[in-house]
Amino acid sequence: MGLVTYVVRRLLLLVPTMFGVTLLIFGLIQFFSPVERASLYVKDPRQMSSIESIIEKYHLNDPPYIQYIYWLNEVLHGNLGWSKSVNMPVAQAICEFLPATVELVIYSVPIIFVVGIWLGKISAVHKDTAIDHIVRAFAIIGWSLPTFWSAIILLAVFYGHLKIFPPERLSIEASLYVNSPSFIRYTRINTIDALLNGELWIFFDALRHLVLPVLNLTIVIVAILMRVVRSSMLEALSKTYVIAARAKGLSEKEVINKHAMRNAMIPAVTLAGALVAGMLTGLVITETVFNIPGIGRWAVNAAIQLDIPAVLGFALFASLVYVITNLVVDILYAYIDPRIRLR
Amino acid sequence: MFWVRDKSLKRELEPTIRELKFVLKRIRSSPLSIVGIVLISFFLVIAILAPVLAPPPEGWRDPYMIPRDGFSVTPRPPSPKHPFGTAEGQYDIYYGCIWGTRTAFRVGVIVIGCTVLIGIFIGSISGYYGGKIDEIFMRLTDVIYAFPGIVLVMVLVVILGPSLESVMIALILIGWPTYARLIRGEVLRIKQEDFVEAAKAIGCTDFRVIVRHILPNAIYPLLAVASLDMGSIVLTVAAFSFLGLGAPIGYADWGQMIALSRNWIIGTPTNPYEYWYTFIIPGIFIFTFVLGWGLLGDAFRDILDPMLRRR
Repeated sequence: MGLVTYVVRRLLLLVPTMFGVTLLIFGLIQFFSPVERASLYVKDPRQMSSIESIIEKYHLNDPPYIQYIYWLNEVLHGNLGWSKSVNMPVAQAICEFLPATVELVIYSVPIIFVVGIWLGKISAVHKDTAIDHIVRAFAIIGWSLPTFWSAIILLAVFYGHLKIFPPERLSIEASLYVNSPSFIRYTRINTIDALLNGELWIFFDALRHLVLPVLNLTIVIVAILMRVVRSSMLEALSKTYVIAARAKGLSEKEVINKHAMRNAMIPAVTLAGALVAGMLTGLVITETVFNIPGIGRWAVNAAIQLDIPAVLGFALFASLVYVITNLVVDILYAYIDPRIRLR
Repeated sequence: MFWVRDKSLKRELEPTIRELKFVLKRIRSSPLSIVGIVLISFFLVIAILAPVLAPPPEGWRDPYMIPRDGFSVTPRPPSPKHPFGTAEGQYDIYYGCIWGTRTAFRVGVIVIGCTVLIGIFIGSISGYYGGKIDEIFMRLTDVIYAFPGIVLVMVLVVILGPSLESVMIALILIGWPTYARLIRGEVLRIKQEDFVEAAKAIGCTDFRVIVRHILPNAIYPLLAVASLDMGSIVLTVAAFSFLGLGAPIGYADWGQMIALSRNWIIGTPTNPYEYWYTFIIPGIFIFTFVLGWGLLGDAFRDILDPMLRRR
């Protein structure tokens, strides 16, 4: 079976999964009364004055399977209801808060991969030496660290004491300038917009605000990644092809980087799903503590205020992102390891 | 008669005892797992002795609610009366940390216990009978796996109403598929073995085959996962309490206590670490608790992994 067939088959499997996801969310909606459910359909709070007509229009008193069809139709048209905690439609709220989250992700992910893989590798290559012990201790500590606690300590030290890395996204002057008409917000991702506008001071201001949250996000996830890389690297190094590579006189560097590393990366790729999930948890907490107006903070505030449409919209969006990342990872996996395609 | 029974019981238990002895021997030879066991034993002692270490005031209705010493907002530093100081609202930090240990154990044991039981039940039925039941259960786990865990917990907590119990129920509802899949895989492997065939041939009921012959062989890999999970569940619950979706204000829960320190991170201009005790002390409790379970889980994993075993 070729790669194309594999990709097509995996894409087709996406349909039943997403069907299951919507079914589960819809099932959870059923816990609410029709009046409460009406807020999941409105695009404007003024519509709430005539709840009866909404119940009528979306068949909220009909059997669940009819309701499901009407609900799915609305969701597919991008109507996820009204988020009362931020006073805007849920779909608009997602677009509004996504850039801050994306900014954190684009800086954290490369760091996580480079540092995690590098630490895992050196730890395995220098097994049972001081380096290995230090790296492993770091992994265990990182794994046990509550993200909200590390965030608070980082803030206390670098903001409270040293006053170098403040919370939030921008300083007051920078955010006034960013919101003024002379600054064009192409992507709403501050560092990228600053470069596109040629305003370096905004870029560095945004970067300064990103240091702590990115650091906080990476600590825990690097710990997870490096553990897996270490154990798969150890396994790869004990294989006969590594002995063969050494026997034919390759340099140790070549043996490790070309022969062992490639094979050791395969189990690490499968971890990506768990990393995305860990990332999401980290984002929710990091954004809350550092007061960054991202999707995670929005979801937490919505949950506290029992803003049901927002929480459900967040859940749908997050699971879509999650399912798609897993799909990409599976395809990548099949590309790296041809044996997967043959199954 | 009794003597005969006793002997057959001993013979039956022999492999289990041998396995336990092997596990204990391996744990003794690894210093890190000893640290893990010491940490957990330490917390266990605190949890058991909580009423002695931090006796609730006379006539206090719920020992899990932290007693207050006044209503002033500003935290007060450690003093003989309050060894760890008081948090925002004058909640005694020492009392909260001690009784918080009980909360952590209670949360961990209940959530892990329920997820493991549901997981074993569904996983063994799914793996043993296969067919339609298996298909339905496995598709259900697929759907639960399609959500990043925390998102589904958040949705369920909102539906059930924010409270410690809601977070626990939500964690149970999303946690069982991991164990179900693990047990299912083990059952699929073990049911091919000759001894299962033999048990069926002498007329054992399905229930007996599963409970007496398959599960005792399938249960070990669960230990490592459960031990690692114990730590991560306490972490998640603490995180939800911290975010304001778990334990209510004033409840003896480590995460909730750190939430009380949210306004006191920065300190004063003269002393940036003025209120350190409000977040450092409860944080150390969470961190060492999770660390203990992580170290123990690591040890279990190394011992029980057939690839790394008996080398």
